[in-house]
Amino acid sequence: MSAFLALLRRDLVLSYRQGIDAWVVVLFFLAAGILFPFAIGPLPDALMRVSTGVVLSMAALAALLSLDRLYQGDFEDGSLDQMVLGPLPLELTALAKALAHWLSTGLPLLIAAPLLALMLNAPSASYGPMLLALALATPALSLLGGLGAALTLGSRRGGILLTLLILPLYVPVLIFAAGIIRRSQLLAGDPTGALLLLCGLDLGLLAITPWATAAALRQAVR
Amino acid sequence: MTGLSLDNIALERGERRIASGISARVAAGEALLLQGPNGSGKSTLLRVIAGLLPAAEGAIAWDGADVARDREAHRARLCHLGHQDALKAGLTAQENLAFWASFHGGGRDAEAALKIFGLARLADRPARTLSAGQKRRLALSRLALSTAPLWLLDEPVTALDTEARAAFIALLQRHLAAGGLAIIATHEPLAIAARVLQLGAAS
Repeated sequence: MSAFLALLRRDLVLSYRQGIDAWVVVLFFLAAGILFPFAIGPLPDALMRVSTGVVLSMAALAALLSLDRLYQGDFEDGSLDQMVLGPLPLELTALAKALAHWLSTGLPLLIAAPLLALMLNAPSASYGPMLLALALATPALSLLGGLGAALTLGSRRGGILLTLLILPLYVPVLIFAAGIIRRSQLLAGDPTGALLLLCGLDLGLLAITPWATAAALRQAVR
Repeated sequence: MTGLSLDNIALERGERRIASGISARVAAGEALLLQGPNGSGKSTLLRVIAGLLPAAEGAIAWDGADVARDREAHRARLCHLGHQDALKAGLTAQENLAFWASFHGGGRDAEAALKIFGLARLADRPARTLSAGQKRRLALSRLALSTAPLWLLDEPVTALDTEARAAFIALLQRHLAAGGLAIIATHEPLAIAARVLQLGAAS
Protein backbone atom coordinates (compact mmCIF):
# COMPACT_ATOMS: atom_id res chain seq x y z
CA MET A 1 0.00 0.00 0.00
CA SER A 2 2.81 2.41 0.83
CA ALA A 3 4.34 1.72 -2.61
CA PHE A 4 0.96 2.52 -4.23
CA LEU A 5 0.73 5.81 -2.35
CA ALA A 6 4.38 6.65 -3.03
CA LEU A 7 3.82 6.22 -6.77
CA LEU A 8 0.57 8.18 -6.70
CA ARG A 9 2.24 10.97 -4.77
CA ARG A 10 5.25 11.06 -7.10
CA ASP A 11 3.05 11.34 -10.20
CA LEU A 12 0.93 14.08 -8.65
CA VAL A 13 4.00 16.04 -7.53
CA LEU A 14 5.48 15.72 -11.03
CA SER A 15 2.30 16.85 -12.75
CA TYR A 16 1.94 19.72 -10.28
CA ARG A 17 5.53 20.87 -10.89
CA GLN A 18 5.25 20.48 -14.65
CA GLY A 19 2.01 22.43 -14.15
CA ILE A 20 1.87 23.26 -17.82
CA ASP A 21 0.42 19.80 -18.60
CA ALA A 22 -2.69 20.20 -16.46
CA TRP A 23 -3.22 23.75 -17.73
CA VAL A 24 -2.84 22.71 -21.35
CA VAL A 25 -5.53 20.08 -20.88
CA VAL A 26 -7.98 22.56 -19.35
CA LEU A 27 -7.15 25.32 -21.84
CA PHE A 28 -7.55 22.93 -24.77
CA PHE A 29 -10.90 21.84 -23.33
CA LEU A 30 -12.12 25.44 -23.15
CA ALA A 31 -10.55 26.62 -26.41
CA ALA A 32 -11.82 23.70 -28.49
CA GLY A 33 -15.28 24.01 -26.94
CA ILE A 34 -15.47 27.70 -27.69
CA LEU A 35 -15.05 27.00 -31.42
CA PHE A 36 -18.58 25.63 -31.54
CA PRO A 37 -20.48 28.91 -31.08
CA PHE A 38 -18.49 30.32 -34.00
CA ALA A 39 -19.03 27.28 -36.20
CA ILE A 40 -22.71 26.75 -35.40
CA GLY A 41 -23.73 30.39 -35.56
CA PRO A 42 -25.50 32.73 -33.17
CA LEU A 43 -28.80 30.87 -32.87
CA PRO A 44 -29.06 30.38 -29.08
CA ASP A 45 -31.41 27.47 -29.49
CA ALA A 46 -29.05 25.45 -31.65
CA LEU A 47 -26.17 26.06 -29.28
CA MET A 48 -28.23 25.21 -26.23
CA ARG A 49 -29.19 21.89 -27.76
CA VAL A 50 -25.61 20.75 -28.44
CA SER A 51 -23.97 22.36 -25.40
CA THR A 52 -23.68 19.40 -23.01
CA GLY A 53 -22.75 17.09 -25.86
CA VAL A 54 -19.90 19.43 -26.78
CA VAL A 55 -18.73 19.49 -23.15
CA LEU A 56 -18.69 15.69 -23.02
CA SER A 57 -16.85 15.18 -26.30
CA MET A 58 -14.33 17.95 -25.62
CA ALA A 59 -13.63 16.37 -22.21
CA ALA A 60 -12.95 13.05 -23.96
CA LEU A 61 -10.56 14.71 -26.41
CA ALA A 62 -8.83 16.75 -23.70
CA ALA A 63 -8.31 13.63 -21.58
CA LEU A 64 -6.43 12.14 -24.56
CA LEU A 65 -3.94 15.00 -24.67
CA SER A 66 -1.84 14.07 -21.68
CA LEU A 67 -2.15 10.30 -22.13
CA ASP A 68 0.82 9.69 -24.39
CA ARG A 69 3.14 10.90 -21.60
CA LEU A 70 1.54 8.68 -18.96
CA TYR A 71 4.09 5.83 -19.29
CA GLN A 72 6.44 7.32 -21.88
CA GLY A 73 8.63 9.16 -19.37
CA ASP A 74 8.96 6.14 -17.09
CA PHE A 75 9.67 3.97 -20.13
CA GLU A 76 12.43 6.22 -21.42
CA ASP A 77 14.26 6.88 -18.15
CA GLY A 78 14.23 3.27 -16.95
CA SER A 79 11.74 3.79 -14.12
CA LEU A 80 9.32 1.37 -15.75
CA ASP A 81 11.90 -1.46 -15.45
CA GLN A 82 12.10 -0.75 -11.73
CA MET A 83 8.31 -0.73 -11.44
CA VAL A 84 8.06 -4.10 -13.20
CA LEU A 85 10.72 -5.45 -10.81
CA GLY A 86 9.25 -3.75 -7.75
CA PRO A 87 7.25 -5.38 -4.96
CA LEU A 88 3.98 -3.67 -5.95
CA PRO A 89 1.96 -5.91 -8.31
CA LEU A 90 2.09 -4.27 -11.74
CA GLU A 91 -1.71 -4.25 -11.82
CA LEU A 92 -1.72 -1.88 -8.84
CA THR A 93 1.02 0.21 -10.46
CA ALA A 94 -1.28 0.59 -13.49
CA LEU A 95 -4.15 1.53 -11.20
CA ALA A 96 -2.04 4.13 -9.39
CA LYS A 97 -1.03 5.67 -12.72
CA ALA A 98 -4.65 5.78 -13.93
CA LEU A 99 -5.73 7.34 -10.64
CA ALA A 100 -2.97 9.94 -10.91
CA HIS A 101 -4.11 10.69 -14.46
CA TRP A 102 -7.68 11.16 -13.30
CA LEU A 103 -6.66 13.44 -10.42
CA SER A 104 -4.45 15.58 -12.66
CA THR A 105 -6.72 15.60 -15.74
CA GLY A 106 -10.26 14.37 -15.02
CA LEU A 107 -10.72 16.45 -11.89
CA PRO A 108 -9.56 19.77 -13.45
CA LEU A 109 -11.87 19.07 -16.41
CA LEU A 110 -14.75 18.47 -14.01
CA ILE A 111 -14.04 21.82 -12.38
CA ALA A 112 -13.76 23.65 -15.71
CA ALA A 113 -16.86 22.03 -17.21
CA PRO A 114 -19.43 24.50 -15.78
CA LEU A 115 -17.43 27.36 -17.30
CA LEU A 116 -17.54 25.81 -20.77
CA ALA A 117 -21.24 24.96 -20.30
CA LEU A 118 -21.85 28.62 -19.42
CA MET A 119 -20.05 29.79 -22.55
CA LEU A 120 -22.16 27.39 -24.62
CA ASN A 121 -25.39 28.65 -23.06
CA ALA A 122 -26.31 25.24 -21.63
CA PRO A 123 -29.76 25.04 -20.01
CA SER A 124 -29.46 25.68 -16.29
CA ALA A 125 -31.19 22.41 -15.41
CA SER A 126 -28.51 20.44 -17.24
CA TYR A 127 -25.55 21.45 -15.04
CA GLY A 128 -26.18 18.90 -12.30
CA PRO A 129 -26.72 15.90 -14.57
CA MET A 130 -23.78 17.00 -16.74
CA LEU A 131 -21.40 17.11 -13.77
CA LEU A 132 -22.67 13.78 -12.52
CA ALA A 133 -22.19 12.26 -15.98
CA LEU A 134 -18.67 13.72 -16.23
CA ALA A 135 -17.75 12.56 -12.74
CA LEU A 136 -18.67 9.01 -13.74
CA ALA A 137 -17.28 9.19 -17.28
CA THR A 138 -13.82 10.65 -16.60
CA PRO A 139 -12.58 7.68 -14.49
CA ALA A 140 -13.52 5.39 -17.38
CA LEU A 141 -11.59 7.66 -19.75
CA SER A 142 -8.50 7.46 -17.51
CA LEU A 143 -8.68 3.67 -17.13
CA LEU A 144 -9.14 3.08 -20.87
CA GLY A 145 -6.53 5.72 -21.66
CA GLY A 146 -3.98 4.07 -19.39
CA LEU A 147 -4.48 0.81 -21.26
CA GLY A 148 -4.06 2.58 -24.60
CA ALA A 149 -0.93 4.36 -23.38
CA ALA A 150 0.58 1.05 -22.27
CA LEU A 151 -0.32 -0.68 -25.54
CA THR A 152 1.26 1.99 -27.73
CA LEU A 153 4.37 2.34 -25.56
CA GLY A 154 7.57 2.33 -27.55
CA SER A 155 5.90 2.51 -30.94
CA ARG A 156 6.69 5.32 -33.32
CA ARG A 157 3.95 7.94 -33.59
CA GLY A 158 2.50 6.42 -30.43
CA GLY A 159 0.38 9.51 -29.75
CA ILE A 160 -1.58 9.24 -33.01
CA LEU A 161 -1.90 5.48 -32.68
CA LEU A 162 -3.15 5.94 -29.13
CA THR A 163 -5.85 8.35 -30.31
CA LEU A 164 -7.04 5.99 -33.04
CA LEU A 165 -7.02 3.07 -30.64
CA ILE A 166 -8.79 4.75 -27.73
CA LEU A 167 -11.39 7.03 -29.34
CA PRO A 168 -13.63 4.13 -30.47
CA LEU A 169 -13.45 2.73 -26.93
CA TYR A 170 -14.63 6.09 -25.58
CA VAL A 171 -17.88 5.82 -27.56
CA PRO A 172 -19.83 3.65 -25.05
CA VAL A 173 -18.72 5.92 -22.21
CA LEU A 174 -20.05 8.96 -24.10
CA ILE A 175 -23.32 7.22 -24.99
CA PHE A 176 -24.13 6.41 -21.36
CA ALA A 177 -22.97 9.82 -20.12
CA ALA A 178 -25.12 11.58 -22.73
CA GLY A 179 -27.97 9.27 -21.74
CA ILE A 180 -27.82 10.51 -18.17
CA ILE A 181 -28.04 14.14 -19.28
CA ARG A 182 -30.80 13.58 -21.84
CA ARG A 183 -33.02 11.50 -19.61
CA SER A 184 -32.72 14.00 -16.74
CA GLN A 185 -33.99 16.79 -18.94
CA LEU A 186 -37.06 14.98 -20.26
CA LEU A 187 -40.24 15.58 -18.33
CA ALA A 188 -40.88 12.31 -16.50
CA GLY A 189 -37.48 11.09 -17.71
CA ASP A 190 -35.57 8.75 -15.46
CA PRO A 191 -31.75 8.70 -15.76
CA THR A 192 -31.35 5.73 -13.39
CA GLY A 193 -30.83 3.23 -16.19
CA ALA A 194 -28.05 5.15 -17.89
CA LEU A 195 -26.55 6.00 -14.50
CA LEU A 196 -26.37 2.35 -13.49
CA LEU A 197 -24.97 1.35 -16.88
CA LEU A 198 -22.18 3.92 -16.60
CA CYS A 199 -21.41 2.83 -13.02
CA GLY A 200 -21.32 -0.76 -14.24
CA LEU A 201 -18.99 0.20 -17.06
CA ASP A 202 -16.68 1.96 -14.57
CA LEU A 203 -16.58 -1.08 -12.31
CA GLY A 204 -16.04 -3.41 -15.24
CA LEU A 205 -13.14 -1.31 -16.48
CA LEU A 206 -11.74 -1.12 -12.95
CA ALA A 207 -11.73 -4.90 -12.88
CA ILE A 208 -10.27 -5.48 -16.34
CA THR A 209 -8.00 -2.62 -17.41
CA PRO A 210 -5.33 -2.92 -14.66
CA TRP A 211 -4.64 -6.50 -15.73
CA ALA A 212 -4.61 -5.69 -19.42
CA THR A 213 -2.42 -2.63 -18.81
CA ALA A 214 0.03 -4.64 -16.70
CA ALA A 215 0.30 -7.28 -19.46
CA ALA A 216 0.99 -4.53 -22.01
CA LEU A 217 3.64 -2.97 -19.75
CA ARG A 218 5.41 -6.32 -19.33
CA GLN A 219 5.56 -6.62 -23.10
CA ALA A 220 6.84 -3.06 -23.42
CA VAL A 221 9.91 -3.58 -21.21
CA ARG A 222 11.01 -6.75 -23.01
CA MET B 1 23.84 -25.48 -4.65
CA THR B 2 23.34 -22.12 -2.97
CA GLY B 3 23.41 -18.94 -4.97
CA LEU B 4 22.51 -18.31 -8.56
CA SER B 5 23.18 -20.72 -11.40
CA LEU B 6 22.76 -20.15 -15.11
CA ASP B 7 22.37 -23.31 -17.11
CA ASN B 8 22.97 -23.21 -20.85
CA ILE B 9 21.25 -19.86 -21.39
CA ALA B 10 20.63 -18.59 -24.93
CA LEU B 11 19.77 -14.95 -25.57
CA GLU B 12 17.65 -13.50 -28.34
CA ARG B 13 17.08 -9.88 -29.22
CA GLY B 14 14.42 -9.11 -31.82
CA GLU B 15 14.22 -12.81 -32.86
CA ARG B 16 17.96 -12.91 -33.48
CA ARG B 17 20.20 -15.24 -31.48
CA ILE B 18 22.97 -13.14 -29.94
CA ALA B 19 24.53 -15.64 -27.54
CA SER B 20 24.06 -19.23 -26.50
CA GLY B 21 25.45 -21.83 -24.15
CA ILE B 22 26.02 -19.45 -21.26
CA SER B 23 26.53 -21.35 -18.02
CA ALA B 24 27.80 -19.90 -14.77
CA ARG B 25 27.44 -20.16 -11.04
CA VAL B 26 27.64 -17.37 -8.51
CA ALA B 27 27.73 -18.28 -4.83
CA ALA B 28 27.06 -16.07 -1.83
CA GLY B 29 29.80 -13.48 -1.42
CA GLU B 30 30.93 -13.79 -5.03
CA ALA B 31 30.94 -11.30 -7.87
CA LEU B 32 30.82 -12.21 -11.54
CA LEU B 33 31.97 -9.75 -14.20
CA LEU B 34 30.37 -9.95 -17.63
CA GLN B 35 32.75 -8.84 -20.32
CA GLY B 36 32.62 -8.77 -24.06
CA PRO B 37 32.34 -6.37 -26.98
CA ASN B 38 29.31 -4.16 -27.62
CA GLY B 39 26.32 -6.22 -28.68
CA SER B 40 27.58 -9.42 -27.11
CA GLY B 41 24.53 -9.65 -24.85
CA LYS B 42 25.77 -8.39 -21.47
CA SER B 43 22.78 -6.12 -20.82
CA THR B 44 20.40 -8.66 -22.30
CA LEU B 45 21.75 -11.36 -19.98
CA LEU B 46 21.23 -9.08 -16.98
CA ARG B 47 17.64 -8.39 -18.09
CA VAL B 48 17.05 -12.11 -18.54
CA ILE B 49 18.38 -12.85 -15.05
CA ALA B 50 16.15 -10.08 -13.66
CA GLY B 51 13.15 -11.65 -15.39
CA LEU B 52 12.38 -8.64 -17.59
CA LEU B 53 13.07 -10.78 -20.65
CA PRO B 54 12.54 -14.51 -21.10
CA ALA B 55 15.59 -16.61 -21.97
CA ALA B 56 15.40 -18.18 -25.42
CA GLU B 57 16.76 -21.39 -23.91
CA GLY B 58 18.11 -22.64 -20.63
CA ALA B 59 17.21 -22.18 -16.99
CA ILE B 60 18.11 -19.88 -14.13
CA ALA B 61 18.05 -21.30 -10.64
CA TRP B 62 18.39 -19.82 -7.17
CA ASP B 63 19.51 -22.27 -4.49
CA GLY B 64 18.74 -25.04 -6.96
CA ALA B 65 15.10 -23.99 -7.59
CA ASP B 66 14.04 -22.62 -10.98
CA VAL B 67 13.31 -18.90 -10.55
CA ALA B 68 10.47 -19.08 -13.10
CA ARG B 69 8.44 -20.99 -10.51
CA ASP B 70 8.22 -18.05 -8.12
CA ARG B 71 8.75 -14.76 -9.96
CA GLU B 72 7.64 -12.68 -7.01
CA ALA B 73 10.27 -14.14 -4.68
CA HIS B 74 12.88 -13.71 -7.41
CA ARG B 75 12.00 -10.03 -7.89
CA ALA B 76 12.26 -9.49 -4.14
CA ARG B 77 15.79 -10.88 -4.02
CA LEU B 78 17.27 -8.80 -6.81
CA CYS B 79 18.22 -5.19 -7.40
CA HIS B 80 18.70 -4.27 -11.05
CA LEU B 81 20.57 -1.15 -12.13
CA GLY B 82 20.22 -0.64 -15.86
CA HIS B 83 21.84 1.69 -18.38
CA GLN B 84 19.33 4.33 -17.46
CA ASP B 85 19.30 5.99 -14.09
CA ALA B 86 15.52 5.79 -13.44
CA LEU B 87 15.49 9.37 -12.18
CA LYS B 88 12.77 11.97 -12.61
CA ALA B 89 14.09 15.30 -13.84
CA GLY B 90 11.38 17.18 -11.94
CA LEU B 91 12.20 15.71 -8.53
CA THR B 92 15.15 16.64 -6.35
CA ALA B 93 17.94 14.14 -5.69
CA GLN B 94 16.54 13.45 -2.24
CA GLU B 95 12.96 13.04 -3.53
CA ASN B 96 14.08 10.64 -6.24
CA LEU B 97 15.82 8.44 -3.74
CA ALA B 98 13.05 8.71 -1.14
CA PHE B 99 10.54 7.63 -3.79
CA TRP B 100 12.44 4.46 -4.63
CA ALA B 101 13.01 3.81 -0.93
CA SER B 102 9.29 3.87 -0.17
CA PHE B 103 8.35 2.16 -3.46
CA HIS B 104 10.57 -0.78 -2.60
CA GLY B 105 9.44 -0.59 1.01
CA GLY B 106 12.91 -1.13 2.38
CA GLY B 107 12.61 1.33 5.20
CA ARG B 108 16.24 2.31 4.70
CA ASP B 109 17.19 5.90 5.20
CA ALA B 110 17.43 7.91 1.98
CA GLU B 111 19.45 10.65 3.73
CA ALA B 112 22.17 8.20 4.74
CA ALA B 113 22.24 6.70 1.25
CA LEU B 114 22.85 10.13 -0.27
CA LYS B 115 25.97 10.55 1.87
CA ILE B 116 27.64 7.40 0.55
CA PHE B 117 28.27 8.99 -2.83
CA GLY B 118 28.80 12.48 -1.46
CA LEU B 119 25.43 13.76 -2.66
CA ALA B 120 24.19 15.29 0.60
CA ARG B 121 25.14 18.73 -0.67
CA LEU B 122 23.05 18.20 -3.82
CA ALA B 123 20.01 16.75 -2.02
CA ASP B 124 17.72 19.67 -2.87
CA ARG B 125 18.85 20.09 -6.47
CA PRO B 126 16.37 18.92 -9.12
CA ALA B 127 17.75 15.89 -10.95
CA ARG B 128 17.59 17.79 -14.25
CA THR B 129 20.41 20.05 -13.08
CA LEU B 130 22.76 17.20 -12.16
CA SER B 131 25.64 16.14 -14.40
CA ALA B 132 25.80 12.67 -15.94
CA GLY B 133 28.22 11.48 -13.25
CA GLN B 134 26.11 12.95 -10.45
CA LYS B 135 23.02 11.22 -11.85
CA ARG B 136 24.90 7.93 -11.98
CA ARG B 137 25.97 8.42 -8.36
CA LEU B 138 22.36 9.05 -7.41
CA ALA B 139 21.27 5.91 -9.27
CA LEU B 140 23.97 3.91 -7.47
CA SER B 141 22.71 5.24 -4.14
CA ARG B 142 19.65 3.07 -4.78
CA LEU B 143 21.90 0.08 -4.09
CA ALA B 144 22.52 1.36 -0.59
CA LEU B 145 18.75 1.34 0.00
CA SER B 146 18.34 -2.21 -1.20
CA THR B 147 18.31 -5.22 1.06
CA ALA B 148 18.29 -7.59 -1.94
CA PRO B 149 21.06 -10.21 -1.97
CA LEU B 150 21.48 -10.25 -5.76
CA TRP B 151 22.78 -7.13 -7.50
CA LEU B 152 22.58 -6.94 -11.29
CA LEU B 153 24.59 -3.95 -12.43
CA ASP B 154 24.90 -2.70 -15.99
CA GLU B 155 28.01 -0.56 -16.50
CA PRO B 156 27.82 0.84 -12.95
CA VAL B 157 30.93 3.02 -13.09
CA THR B 158 30.25 4.84 -16.37
CA ALA B 159 30.86 8.59 -15.96
CA LEU B 160 32.07 8.21 -12.36
CA ASP B 161 35.14 10.03 -11.04
CA THR B 162 37.83 8.18 -9.04
CA GLU B 163 36.33 9.16 -5.70
CA ALA B 164 32.87 7.85 -6.62
CA ARG B 165 34.45 4.68 -8.04
CA ALA B 166 36.17 4.05 -4.73
CA ALA B 167 32.88 4.61 -2.90
CA PHE B 168 31.18 2.16 -5.25
CA ILE B 169 33.87 -0.49 -4.76
CA ALA B 170 33.60 -0.07 -0.99
CA LEU B 171 29.81 -0.45 -1.15
CA LEU B 172 30.15 -3.51 -3.36
CA GLN B 173 32.71 -5.10 -1.08
CA ARG B 174 30.49 -4.53 1.93
CA HIS B 175 27.62 -6.18 0.04
CA LEU B 176 29.78 -9.19 -0.88
CA ALA B 177 31.21 -9.49 2.62
CA ALA B 178 27.64 -9.64 3.97
CA GLY B 179 26.99 -12.66 1.75
CA GLY B 180 25.55 -10.79 -1.21
CA LEU B 181 26.00 -11.68 -4.87
CA ALA B 182 26.74 -9.34 -7.75
CA ILE B 183 26.73 -9.77 -11.51
CA ILE B 184 28.29 -6.78 -13.19
CA ALA B 185 28.50 -5.98 -16.88
CA THR B 186 31.50 -3.76 -17.40
CA HIS B 187 34.08 -2.68 -19.92
CA GLU B 188 36.37 -1.28 -17.30
CA PRO B 189 38.54 -3.14 -14.81
CA LEU B 190 37.09 -3.09 -11.29
CA ALA B 191 39.36 -3.40 -8.29
CA ILE B 192 37.59 -6.41 -6.79
CA ALA B 193 38.30 -10.10 -6.75
CA ALA B 194 35.82 -11.55 -9.21
CA ARG B 195 35.47 -14.23 -11.82
CA VAL B 196 34.99 -13.14 -15.40
CA LEU B 197 32.43 -14.48 -17.84
CA GLN B 198 33.46 -13.64 -21.36
CA LEU B 199 30.61 -13.25 -23.81
CA GLY B 200 31.46 -13.69 -27.48
CA ALA B 201 31.16 -11.17 -30.27
CA ALA B 202 27.83 -10.82 -32.04
CA SER B 203 27.97 -12.95 -35.14
